[in-house]
Amino acid sequence: MQPILEVTHLSHSFGGLKALTDLSLEIFPGELVGLIGPNGAGKTTVFNLITGVFRISQGRIFFRSENISDWRSHRITAAGIARTFQNIRLFKELSVLDNVRLGAFGQHRYSLLDALRRSRRFTAAEQQVTNQAFALLERFNLTHYAHTPARHLAYGEQRRIEMARALISRPQLLLLDEPAAGMNQSEIEDLIQRVRQIQQDFDLTILLIEHQMRVVVNLCQRLTVLDFGQTIASGTPQEIQRHPKVLEAYLGKDGGLGQEAPEPAEETP
Amino acid sequence: MPAVHLWGKNMFQLLAQNVLNALQLGSVYALIALGYTMVYGILTMINFAHGDIFMVGTYLSLAGAVFLLGLPLKLPLVVVFLGAMTFSMLLTALLGVSIERLAYRPLRSAPRVSAVITALGVGLFLENITLGILGPQPLHFPDLIPLTRWEVAGLTFTPLQVLIIVMAAGLMILLDLLVRRTLLGMAMRAIAYNRPIVPLMGVPVDHVISLTFAIGSAIAAAGGLLYGLAYPVLDPLMGVRIGWWAFIAAVVGGIGNIRGAMLGGFILGAVEVFTPLVLPSSTYRDFVAFSLLLVLLIFKPTGILGRPVFERV
Repeated sequence: MQPILEVTHLSHSFGGLKALTDLSLEIFPGELVGLIGPNGAGKTTVFNLITGVFRISQGRIFFRSENISDWRSHRITAAGIARTFQNIRLFKELSVLDNVRLGAFGQHRYSLLDALRRSRRFTAAEQQVTNQAFALLERFNLTHYAHTPARHLAYGEQRRIEMARALISRPQLLLLDEPAAGMNQSEIEDLIQRVRQIQQDFDLTILLIEHQMRVVVNLCQRLTVLDFGQTIASGTPQEIQRHPKVLEAYLGKDGGLGQEAPEPAEETP
Repeated sequence: MPAVHLWGKNMFQLLAQNVLNALQLGSVYALIALGYTMVYGILTMINFAHGDIFMVGTYLSLAGAVFLLGLPLKLPLVVVFLGAMTFSMLLTALLGVSIERLAYRPLRSAPRVSAVITALGVGLFLENITLGILGPQPLHFPDLIPLTRWEVAGLTFTPLQVLIIVMAAGLMILLDLLVRRTLLGMAMRAIAYNRPIVPLMGVPVDHVISLTFAIGSAIAAAGGLLYGLAYPVLDPLMGVRIGWWAFIAAVVGGIGNIRGAMLGGFILGAVEVFTPLVLPSSTYRDFVAFSLLLVLLIFKPTGILGRPVFERV
């Protein structure tokens, strides 16, 4: 089977600081893979490179066997990679519905002329997007807030908007950046259920960044561990949990599984 | 007593007539103000060349009209009007897109003041190239609309006046719908709020910015045609004063806000029409307009309908 995403020898630096060194990664269709590592390990940098937020200087990224290394973000998104953000990135002044609808932009093509003439194709496309958006709001229990500006919603609800917004673009690969950040135990249980459910319903491949070990152990089939930009281990959650380098670098000397403090902001677009 | 009554009635007619005139002029200002406000809304940059883009649009309308009238086909005036409008809107849109592509885009990551100075330079360039090609003598706009006058309830109005107000209103409603209702309009607003993440929604940002310039410039060209019909003397520096007035209209209404630009346009139209009625002469109109701008900047810097601040990203 061909990998849906293949990352080869990817490196990135900010000025003189090496944020990521020689990352190689293969993800196969239908997999749920986790990218974990301590603060500043370069996890979000990987997402920013895959989605074209940062230009790639070293290494290559293939999506469905196509080299997307020098593609720009809007093209990558339109091709089928969607993401969420560690620090919520919504259009705060726009309504919840509009935030979600905007995610569909790359999937619909009609010319300006169509829009001005309000042609049938145009009206049909807009209507379809609105219907899809409402269906997703329903799924994420957000229907009630459809016309509320996104900034009025609570933190957890805003995270759900991001997920709906990512899903409306009909992605094949979904990148989730610390979806459990700032959540309590019961919210995390709920999130795990939700991620499993959307993976099944939307036939998704998911790459997930996570800081908290308990989330990835329960959810992911494979894990890759980053530390200071270096790949220090990869394997099944069971293997990773026993890996000496992981225990040392990731969990620290007095740490234990699932004992992390909330992580502050990492570099994001 | 009858005298007072008569005076009151005349006063009402005078007022109503001037409100109508203010609406006509305000429609043109509003159409131009929309271009300032759309570009500001999406790029937080004042496109000071916009008044001169309007000027070029007026000349292109003239060129289209003269060309179509010169054909040995005896085209109906409606066809000439629509033909000149289409020609001018398309070419002016192309001009706006080219200016953005060549002059502003390379400076997008430079300090904003660089782009503003460049815009002033582009304006001077357009004025002087028009002067160079056509010379300083004013050109006359042909009459495309019948010059009949209608009298209703003591008010005089012309088909042109009705056309200007109705067409401007139509364009504004269309634009408002586009921006508020469509995915494209949503993308425009999203770029204004949080540009870095917009590409991650699959939106080609450069493309949307080009479209914004195209729409703003085409609307200015439509305003140019209407203006040329109403005030038929064209000179290459006409865009300077009208550009400033439309800019003030955009700021007064709340720059970045489309409905604000419309409101501001009508307010400025009223300032121009009512100044000579209240003050000794119409030469005070610029004084009144800029005073309005200054007072507003002190007490409500975001304009009447403006939003407070843009989100910093």
